[in-house]
Amino acid sequence: MTAKDQKLDISIKSDPAVLGDVRQQVDEFVTSAGYDEVTAGLIMLSLDEALTNIIRHAYKGETDKCIEIELKTEDNELKVNIRDFGCQADNAKIRSRDLEDIRPGGLGVHIIHECMDCVEYSPSECGRGTLLKMKKKLPR
Amino acid sequence: MAQPDNIIKDVKWEGKTAIVEATGDIDLHRSNNFQQALQQVLKKKPEKMIINLADVQYMDSSGIATLVKLLSNTRKHKIELAIAGANKRVQSVFEITRLNSVFNIYDSLEQALQK
Repeated sequence: MTAKDQKLDISIKSDPAVLGDVRQQVDEFVTSAGYDEVTAGLIMLSLDEALTNIIRHAYKGETDKCIEIELKTEDNELKVNIRDFGCQADNAKIRSRDLEDIRPGGLGVHIIHECMDCVEYSPSECGRGTLLKMKKKLPR
Repeated sequence: MAQPDNIIKDVKWEGKTAIVEATGDIDLHRSNNFQQALQQVLKKKPEKMIINLADVQYMDSSGIATLVKLLSNTRKHKIELAIAGANKRVQSVFEITRLNSVFNIYDSLEQALQK
């Protein structure tokens, strides 16, 4: 990490009511990292979609479970790690759907992959839940 | 940031056109409220609905899903649907999901009213 690299840790409950506050903190962080308005918005959207998926699928709508978010700029990249402790995601089932099929739902994974350069899901080291790692090159 | 309770701050009528004025963020927390409010407007059988997003700062895929459901319902009942006033960030959500070519999207409410 260089002197200008930054780090932000956020710990939240799996309550949709807190998503607005998280977005505000993420928006400030990625904007200060130098992204333009639209790109900063898309990064914020990716993180929000990931949290939505955790609340809906890993925690099945329970609002008192823990989610840990880490953002950092390092090696000329923005790195976002999101950890949950709920039902583990089946990697084979986490994929985008055909966008030609105009129907509600199932767009979150597509949005995450479109907005970020690298997306990896892996089981949490603690044996419960999933660690999502996302990366995006920093603007010049 | 505190959000207003109601995602729809007003519904104005110009003849048989319903202009739905949305406000705040449309996300997982508030999209159900948005969907229910839109259903109430649909029940009044407008010939055209304009969803004015000029006062919406943020929309996620749950907001998009709500609008796709609305599109399906309006097509079923032969109601014209237009989206107006979305800021650059909200427009980018339509673009990234490639729904910008599915919805009639106008830069402003005035443009949507003229079409």
